Amino acid sequence: MTIHAEHITKRFGDFTALDDVGVEVADGSLTALLGPSGSGKSTLLRIIAGLETPDAGRVVIGDEDVTNVVPQERGIGFVFQHYAAFKHLTVRRNVAFGLEIRKRPKAEIRARVDELLALVQLNGFADRYPAQLSGGQRQRMALARALAIEPSVLLLDEPFGALDATVRKELRVWLRRLHEEQHVTTILVTHDQEEAMDVADQIVVMNHARVEQTGDPREIYDHPANEFVMGFVGPVATVGDELVRPHDVDLALEPAHDHSEAMVQRIVHLGFEVRVELLLADGSLVSAQITREAAEQLELARNQIVYIRPHRTRSFAAAV
Amino acid sequence: MRSKLVRYGVRFVALGYLGALLIAPLVLIFKDTFAHGIGPVWDALTEVDALHAAKLTLYAMLIAVVANTLFGVAIALYLARRKGFLATVLGAFIDLPLALSPVVVGLALLLVFAQTGWFGPWLNEHGFQVVFAFPSIVIATAFVSLPFVARELIPVLREIGEEQQQAAATLGATRTQTFFRITLPAIRPALTYGIVLTAARALGEYGAVAVVSGAIQGQTETLTMMVARDWNNFDQTGAYATALLLAAFAVIVLIVLNLVKPAHERQEAT
Repeated sequence: MTIHAEHITKRFGDFTALDDVGVEVADGSLTALLGPSGSGKSTLLRIIAGLETPDAGRVVIGDEDVTNVVPQERGIGFVFQHYAAFKHLTVRRNVAFGLEIRKRPKAEIRARVDELLALVQLNGFADRYPAQLSGGQRQRMALARALAIEPSVLLLDEPFGALDATVRKELRVWLRRLHEEQHVTTILVTHDQEEAMDVADQIVVMNHARVEQTGDPREIYDHPANEFVMGFVGPVATVGDELVRPHDVDLALEPAHDHSEAMVQRIVHLGFEVRVELLLADGSLVSAQITREAAEQLELARNQIVYIRPHRTRSFAAAV
Repeated sequence: MRSKLVRYGVRFVALGYLGALLIAPLVLIFKDTFAHGIGPVWDALTEVDALHAAKLTLYAMLIAVVANTLFGVAIALYLARRKGFLATVLGAFIDLPLALSPVVVGLALLLVFAQTGWFGPWLNEHGFQVVFAFPSIVIATAFVSLPFVARELIPVLREIGEEQQQAAATLGATRTQTFFRITLPAIRPALTYGIVLTAARALGEYGAVAVVSGAIQGQTETLTMMVARDWNNFDQTGAYATALLLAAFAVIVLIVLNLVKPAHERQEAT
């Protein structure tokens, strides 16, 4: 099911959460709303879900204008950052909730819940209470609960935000696989650019109540529309007036005509890569990221003089 | 060794405090009530006026509990989820019955409902006798026991937050379904405690009810007023017996509400 949010504006008192925002989501795709906290991404998701009412604009799901439709009738599944587990119900009853509300036959509910618990790998946990599950398990339960009602649209509000880094990465891979199997149109809100790049087909970068750029992960990374997007989706170094990704800074031991002189301040070993922090002649600092192999060849040491050449630089001076 | 001493010391103080304030008086009431055997106690409790007072007290308590439970849940839902001027003002007013002396409450109710009060004449014309009659007892009892349910629920509702309710909504549940399936089970322990406090306060109310009801023996006299009257008339057995009956009601309320809770939890465990 496609989702269109058009000219959405939302204020909370004096604070403008969304300022004339538009988002289009293709049928069966996985779109990430990416931005820092306070950028309006969660508010937009909640408006699409019907949990908030926009001051202006409209929301269309499929062919239907749902702007004034209550969340109960939007055919959505919603997953909250803090799980919103029904604490007094077992895992089975949590997942069954939407089906019980729809008064489906008991046998059908049982079968469907078993199927969903297998899908989210919680088979053995049906009779436990949410308090007896880990964070990652709770969130998988919440996902099964949302999927139980066969929503036409799945909305995830920072679903992995409360989990630790390892579990987050695991669930991310798992979510992507699930999406490939189920093909439910999905919107994921996140402030983690790596997460957005990892799972999404389309990324909507938001900042200060506005959409900064919409595109696929590669487009956003390689052709950022402005300085904010460039800085938000990856590391950035500044050389003069120009912005460059640290891995696009070449290092050499011998000077060449377009190289500038720099002194090595610090060498940080990140595993496969090495980050070299450099001091330029004009006093500014630049990081370069190179492979370990390249670093070994250069035999870098502290206070050594090297020559750098940034390539694929960008300048947004006119836009700012 | 020393920590052990401290621990026993703390226990001794706590038990001593409880004993002096709670257990000793209750035991003594019990002992004195039956000082002359069970006969006089039975006579005192089955006297016509005593039965009437007991009935009056129970009815007033039941009505106050039902009214304040419904009102308390509604206002707690409102106050826990809304911010702003109205919510702040309402939140402050809720506590008024706790802050005011019951005698003041009684006098204030007289000002509103008595013959010379605001509503009194109008109500009288339409055939309602409020003051010095059963309605005034109910109103006074409900007033003084008003805050307990709301006060117990507000912090719990804030703690739970609204996400579970919103999740239920996205899963298709109406507001009513969400309340009975999600909100009520979550607040049930706090609600039970609030009801116990309300009932206890309603049973024990003396000051406000005494002012507005007129304490007419056999007509508008509740159990607490009867205790006072018996005591003033040097009828110790009567006073003690009635006091014990009040205590028994309170214990019954506690037991009933404790029976309700585990039954529900057992049902959920299956």
